[in-house]
Amino acid sequence: MLDFIKDNRKPVITLGLVTIIAYVFYFLDEIKTTSVLVFGWGYAVPLVLAAMVGIIGERTGVVNIGIEGQMLMSAFASFFGSVITGNIYLGMLIGIAAGLIMGAFLAVAAVKWEMDQIIAGVVINIVAAGLTSFFYAPGKTLPQLVPVVSIPILSDIPLIGPVFFRNGIFALATLFIVLAVNFAIFKTRWGLRSRSVGEYPSAADAAGINVTRVRMMNVTLAGALAGCAGAFLALEAAGTFARGLTAGRGFLALAIMIFGAWNPMGALAAALFFGLSTALASQLQADEVINIPQQFVNLLPFVMTLVVLSVAVGRVRPPAAAGQPYTKEG
Amino acid sequence: MTLTETKNANKIGFFVRNQSIVVPIAAIFVAFVLGGILISLQGVNPLVAYRAIFSEAWFDSDGLLRTFQKTTPLILAGLAVTVGLRVGLFNIGAQGQLISAALASALAGIYITNLPPILHVIVALFCGVIVGALWAGIAGVLKAYRGVHEVISTIMLNSIAIGILDYLVSNPFQEPDQSLQRTKKIAETAVLPNFGVIPFGFILALIICLLVYWMLNKTTAGFRFNTVGKNKFAATYAGINMKLMVVTGMLLSGGLAGLGGAIETLGITYRFEPAFNGGLGFDGITIALLARANPLATIPAAILVGTLRAGGASLQFETGIEPEIVDVLLAITLLLVSAPILAKYLFKGKAQKSANVTSGWGN
Repeated sequence: MLDFIKDNRKPVITLGLVTIIAYVFYFLDEIKTTSVLVFGWGYAVPLVLAAMVGIIGERTGVVNIGIEGQMLMSAFASFFGSVITGNIYLGMLIGIAAGLIMGAFLAVAAVKWEMDQIIAGVVINIVAAGLTSFFYAPGKTLPQLVPVVSIPILSDIPLIGPVFFRNGIFALATLFIVLAVNFAIFKTRWGLRSRSVGEYPSAADAAGINVTRVRMMNVTLAGALAGCAGAFLALEAAGTFARGLTAGRGFLALAIMIFGAWNPMGALAAALFFGLSTALASQLQADEVINIPQQFVNLLPFVMTLVVLSVAVGRVRPPAAAGQPYTKEG
Repeated sequence: MTLTETKNANKIGFFVRNQSIVVPIAAIFVAFVLGGILISLQGVNPLVAYRAIFSEAWFDSDGLLRTFQKTTPLILAGLAVTVGLRVGLFNIGAQGQLISAALASALAGIYITNLPPILHVIVALFCGVIVGALWAGIAGVLKAYRGVHEVISTIMLNSIAIGILDYLVSNPFQEPDQSLQRTKKIAETAVLPNFGVIPFGFILALIICLLVYWMLNKTTAGFRFNTVGKNKFAATYAGINMKLMVVTGMLLSGGLAGLGGAIETLGITYRFEPAFNGGLGFDGITIALLARANPLATIPAAILVGTLRAGGASLQFETGIEPEIVDVLLAITLLLVSAPILAKYLFKGKAQKSANVTSGWGN
């Protein structure tokens, strides 16, 4: 536990501060604070999951600009999967499977074929937008709602309980996924190997690690998390599918990944920052505290991304081999 | 080796040497076959559907004008992406640059009233180009001085442009007594004319294409662009100012997209209405990659996309197939031209390797 705090000093301090401030507001206005936090966390969940996709990819040396498209396909698959099978849980699995397929696709294009990684990602986005908008059928509804699960004891904590521990499956799982990814990257053999492949592939290769295989596997598996993000958006957040449902979240996630310095805990803090600012702005707008046209309030996350990136890039260091295809010599 | 074998080898050699033409054509063919399968799954004969698209787009005088009108901004959007790719920048924000320029030239066309016709058009076009260039220039400056990757910044600028324009056309510049979100019509003096079925803007777009081709292939500036795009380290070593090149590259790219938006407003829609020009910028990416970042090849690529877009509209009416089939056709084509699947299948070991044109974070 102490090690964990030492390793993640900045995110832990940020999260701690946010928690304290949230409780101060909670004593002032219970209902509004809870609703802002619920909205903020709901906004942050797909961003966190998508940022994990980016982190796993880049830690292994593959830039994933196609998260947006991977999420969109998964959202589509999970929604229409649920509608067709009549079972929301099957729909979730179908969504995750779609994410895996999209992940495998990027892996093949960027690692095996050594395509330009950025172009491969953008192509994934355009293909996903094209396919989902053609096959989209309006007027369908989910067979059932995603049940809300409460974690015993934890969900009884005031404020934090209802926000983080009384949720749909994906939102609940997200916290644990972040911790798991963090542990896997920094404390396991797989993580060490993956990072070495992302930092110095030729050295990893010399040490007997199969660079291509590690990259293929990680990018594919990360796709499953994009699948979770997509399924969350369609089934839990929106409860439906619409053309262009992801609305740029895949790109916000990349900004969050950079802001969090390619570190899962950092990305969690960054995503919460994005989510809470957006939630707060909406609340202030609704309360008529600030009088800014709604269109501008909606722009906040995008403007924040530009600001955050122009501050963060250069201060944080990307994995050295991110974006570079690796060709084994000899 | 017998004589016939040599002849065959020469024939194959011709195809191998001209991969950059063969692969896109093969890609389009495969896309149409796959699209045809999708169409027949919906109970429609794909040949009927394709005939509906092409007869509407080419063999109907209204349709032909519409095809050229659709093609014009597409050529410029494709050029915008092409120029970016040549400098190693992937401008996926042509959409945002194009629409902000479209509004800017609409405003110039509406609120500047005392100019003679030709001058008014020039001023309005110029306003569009400047706004498009500046909008992309933000991404250029962020990239050059803060290391923000242009793919993220331009996509964010797209969303920001959409939001701001949505506000502007629903409040200060909305046409009075209208519930629709759109501006007033531009003044007669700012209208770009049509010559029969050929819009003046189309001719302008062709001229710009030639100019860009000349610039990229025959001038020092173009040489610098290509050097930077091919090898950044070599370019820096040769004393080329990278920051300047990134900013100029984005300005030029955005200016071209902006011209596309300006022409669309002044020659086609005569007002700004956000619903009119969705997706143009993204088609620009498809066109640029289909044309392999060759300015002259953007013309046929844009004509193809313009044809599908113009003809796709009648598809639903005639066959009940959703016009989004065009998105699928273009997506499959894009996939096949950008991924080396087809080239590997057709040419095996002789396939040209796809180049790495874009950069990673912060460089």
